[in-house]
Amino acid sequence: MKSHPINDLLKKRILIIDGAMGTQIQGYKLSEEDFRGEAFKDSKKDLRGNNDLLSITRPDIIKGIHKGYLDAGADIIETNTFSSTSIAQADYELSHIAYDLNIAAVQCAKDAVAEYMKENPDSEPKFIAGAIGPLNKTLSLSPDVNNPGYRTVTFDEVAAAYYEQISGLSDGGADLLLIETIFDTLNAKAAIYAIRKYFRESGKEELPIMISGTITDASGRTLSGQTLEAFYISVMHARPLSVGLNCALGAKEMRPHIQELSGLAACYTSAYPNAGLPNAFGEYDETPDVTSHIIEEWAKEGFLNIVGGCCGTTPEHIRHIKEAVEKFKPRPLPELVEA
Amino acid sequence: MSTIHPFLRLSGLESLVIKPESLFVNVGERTNVTGSKKFDRLIKAENYEEALSIARQQVEGGAQVLDVNMDDALLDGERAMVKFLNLLQSEPDVAKIPIMIDSSKFHIIEAGLKCVQGKCIVNSISLKEGEEKFIQEALVCKDFGAAVIVMAFDESGQADNIPRRIEISERAYKILTEKVGMDPQDIIFDLNVFPVATGIEEHNNNAVDFIEATKEVKRLMPLTHVSGGVSNLSFSFRGNDTVREAMHSVFLYHAIKAGMDMGIVNAGQLQVYEQIEPQLKELVEDVILNRNPDATDKLLAFAETVKSKGKEQVKDEAWRKESVEKRLTHSLVNGITDYIEVDTEEARLKYPKPLDVIEGPLMDGMNVVGDLFGSGKMFLPQVVKSARVMKKSVNYLFPFIEAEKEKLRKENIEKGILTENEEGAAKILMATVKGDVHDIGKNIVGVVLGCNGYEVIDMGVMVPAEKLLAKAKEINAAMVGVSGLITPSLDEMVHVAKEMQRNHFDIPLLIGGATTSRLHTAVRIAPEYDNGVIHVLDASRSVTVVGSLLNKDSKDEYLKDIRDEYAKLREDFANKRAVKPMVTYEEAKKNKYKADWENYHPVKPKMLGVKAFKDYDLREIITHLDWQPFFIAWELHGKFPQILSDKVTGEAATKLFEDAQLLLRKIIEERWLTASGVIGLWEASAIDDDSVEITTQKGEKFRLEFLRQQMKKAAGQPNRSLADFIKPGGDYMGAFAVSIHGIEPHLQRFIDQMDDYNKIILQALADRLAEAFAETMHERVRKEFWGYAADEDLTNEALIREMYQGIRPAPGYPACPEHTEKRKLFKLLNATENSGTILTDALAMYPASSVCGWYIAHPDSTYFGVGKILKDQVEDYAARKGVSVQESEKWLRPQLAYDV
Repeated sequence: MKSHPINDLLKKRILIIDGAMGTQIQGYKLSEEDFRGEAFKDSKKDLRGNNDLLSITRPDIIKGIHKGYLDAGADIIETNTFSSTSIAQADYELSHIAYDLNIAAVQCAKDAVAEYMKENPDSEPKFIAGAIGPLNKTLSLSPDVNNPGYRTVTFDEVAAAYYEQISGLSDGGADLLLIETIFDTLNAKAAIYAIRKYFRESGKEELPIMISGTITDASGRTLSGQTLEAFYISVMHARPLSVGLNCALGAKEMRPHIQELSGLAACYTSAYPNAGLPNAFGEYDETPDVTSHIIEEWAKEGFLNIVGGCCGTTPEHIRHIKEAVEKFKPRPLPELVEA
Repeated sequence: MSTIHPFLRLSGLESLVIKPESLFVNVGERTNVTGSKKFDRLIKAENYEEALSIARQQVEGGAQVLDVNMDDALLDGERAMVKFLNLLQSEPDVAKIPIMIDSSKFHIIEAGLKCVQGKCIVNSISLKEGEEKFIQEALVCKDFGAAVIVMAFDESGQADNIPRRIEISERAYKILTEKVGMDPQDIIFDLNVFPVATGIEEHNNNAVDFIEATKEVKRLMPLTHVSGGVSNLSFSFRGNDTVREAMHSVFLYHAIKAGMDMGIVNAGQLQVYEQIEPQLKELVEDVILNRNPDATDKLLAFAETVKSKGKEQVKDEAWRKESVEKRLTHSLVNGITDYIEVDTEEARLKYPKPLDVIEGPLMDGMNVVGDLFGSGKMFLPQVVKSARVMKKSVNYLFPFIEAEKEKLRKENIEKGILTENEEGAAKILMATVKGDVHDIGKNIVGVVLGCNGYEVIDMGVMVPAEKLLAKAKEINAAMVGVSGLITPSLDEMVHVAKEMQRNHFDIPLLIGGATTSRLHTAVRIAPEYDNGVIHVLDASRSVTVVGSLLNKDSKDEYLKDIRDEYAKLREDFANKRAVKPMVTYEEAKKNKYKADWENYHPVKPKMLGVKAFKDYDLREIITHLDWQPFFIAWELHGKFPQILSDKVTGEAATKLFEDAQLLLRKIIEERWLTASGVIGLWEASAIDDDSVEITTQKGEKFRLEFLRQQMKKAAGQPNRSLADFIKPGGDYMGAFAVSIHGIEPHLQRFIDQMDDYNKIILQALADRLAEAFAETMHERVRKEFWGYAADEDLTNEALIREMYQGIRPAPGYPACPEHTEKRKLFKLLNATENSGTILTDALAMYPASSVCGWYIAHPDSTYFGVGKILKDQVEDYAARKGVSVQESEKWLRPQLAYDV
């Protein structure tokens, strides 16, 4: 990991991670048929909304979105694999294609990078982060208020699903692994566990791990009830390349948390907030200059190493964010004291 | 550059960082089947709930880490560990501290590690069965990020002297740091606490050996930690807690000084070293430090004389003395189930109907919970816990309600809500939609409806539309309710509505949850489904809504009303966006108000510059008080003072007025509030159609930008802008800012007393005082400081009706709706200093009871609303202000007649 090329860039400047995938896809107003394509035309389930499936059925769109973010200045693009696990795909009875989804998604990202590199041969390297989402089942919370000890899924099942996803991301050729939108830390721990296990068993060199949690409520905690520091301590053992926050909050609301994290983390920090808070229609309407204005201030304060956008952000947001932060130095890694 | 220290960092829901100055970490030991008979009995009886209360007592008693041990031959240890730890996660008061997973069987440890999100301690691993197994187990711990306790034990047995302890510790350290890759600070050595005063001479130096070994281990490996099971020490004094506690305290006193930084103790039962009875302390010290060969005998002799007095658990139970309503609220807020049945029974006897207990004190308590959650003072797991307490209470009331229900059912049949041949209550199907896990609000609705005689079938969370609708068919549901807290759920609700339409459903769809709104329901969901979509604001409304929908006589009419209401909402929504006839900015400027400047001679103010007024006399201010808005704040509409004698509201209004007068008197006599203000008057000149330049005494120039009406006007009506009232080439303008200070402590007092009534009166009065202060200053400006109306003589009523010459429009209000101009006003007045008024980044004023504005003197000047404007003006305005169009659009959003 020491020799990974991303480390050189991180020392030099604040890196840009891309913006939303889901809200970009929504913009295409795709039909059930688009989602099904040829491959899944006979599915008994409705597949519309299964965004990850588009990596197989509409790779042109996924590649196009990646390319849009690369053109906007993203250094890191996230694969379209937020729900590419056997557990998340079970809703669509597509658990069996989880591995293929990851392979296809990394390919979309690789194609976009190749195209970008062809157009911009002098560009600094771009990185593909294999996105590992939080799952729709949680290990720390019971869905049944009368039976708080009940769990719908076990740690071993979650770890196995992540293991399969990680093998797909790694075989596909992702450069980094990004465990993101963590609202239950135990799920994230299962992902870390699976990463360790996969690289130990495959004998491959371990990919750098990025970790990004989600603060969901006004008390400043994760959905599973942890404070930010408790969350960080719980995932420290991943020895992550970066730790950060994404989703749920807009940049304005995320500020105190990112400030706190920047004081805690021994590794690099990342942040990719939503485009503000949703309005009465669940739409994100914070404009790029508003978002970037807030993030500029974070960069100025030295909170950041990696920054981008989550729900509702667009290439335009990323372009603005890049312009806003590029004049600032990245947050220096804290010094580790011996005793 | 910041620095990170290699401290042992642990976490539950909260963090525990063990620093050199942390002194000593108490590890709670009672949640251990081998250490606590009570815990053992509860676990074996499968009474996990009560077993959990032992954990809570440990935390309340000061435990910072919780040791959990399920090693018992009669127990399936793995199952018990998993079950207990999973349940424990739902108890935030306990789950906040880190867990120590304690077992001699590693498979139990591993199962435990899979249940805990925080960073745990594993207790323990050792070299007992060789290096290979040790490494293997340590690697698993590392994969979970757990710290480890290493027992001073190896292939040849347990270390019982100093050199062996050190030898094993160093060997384990080397393996863990070099082969396993563990951080030194994550290693904790258990150096074996052995009993003293056993009568066996070889044991006499056990405590000393431990203390000496601790010193050496910490010297050799300073980042590591030393722990031990303290109660072992006093094994021979079982049954004599007084002596045992003294021994533990004395031992820890010395061991901690040597570097022991963690220990398994009964945190609630440790005597303070300094407070041990001197004679006992002396004897115990002799034993622990092995200072005297007779020490054991002397202590034994002394122990005979000490009657062990079982210490009582010290717990703050003061709240038990409160009223039953307050006790129920306390239990709900704190998630305590211990007394809920007793209190529920007491409330049941107190209230006329069992249902009243739910709708009264229990719902009140849940409202407190809701408020605390909303303000971030409680977080989700605590709220879930509260819901459980609620549920328990409701369960208790259930049999009583059943009887009540049967009565209700008969009444309902008579009323026509149910027919005879319908089996039981109407079935209401509820679910949190696919993709969402939030269900507290939905659960509360379920409880409330259930208590009102309806059968509620709750499908839980993340329920896909197809499952929901299949179930609705299967059970012949009378209606379907969907809930959600996160915004994507809104789309999912639209999907549910579409699916109901497609599948020809004819039952109503109820929409609820924090993210939903009446507007969204009307605009986006209701049009998708023809047979009734109703937004339900909260649990209390759900009863009325459901009742109206189930009553066969009223259902159609009710649905029609809702449909009409939503249609109206949609129409308003569309209208808001529809473009009214507008004119271009150029045309608007041509149609400006044209004053007769030639014959207008501006009055030069008697005072030019800025004047501050600190601590202005409230008695003078209240002569300008306008009471009418005060009553509007209380939703009492009508003219003042006629409202006091109004047939309907007169009595309430009079009472309110009396209470407000009383409070106002206190405010003035006891000086609760103070008034500070500032005014300024300067030379000004219109320099363009919509720009005015102010020149201060010092020659500084400020360019103010105004906005012009762009709606199409009737013939003869101008498109107004405030700039129209300032003479080009030589006029005057003024500004003011006033604030009412000091409300916070008084508000807090009312909040503490749960006195919302006086709290709101106080806030409303402060707002009124600020307005009255502004009115007072304006009058003095007209008559005195500017003096253009020196002989004005108006009654307060005439003042309120604005029958004077000149206006005082505020930036952000209709005549000049753009807020950022406030920055110029504040700068001109130096208001932050002069009146103590602070302008926030969002351009709100603090204190909240503050007023600011411009002074314009022209006799024709009048208040008006700018209304909607077009992009041509926004572009011009942005250019004038030197900001981007987007920036201007952001501040002018409510004014824009177009979509951005």
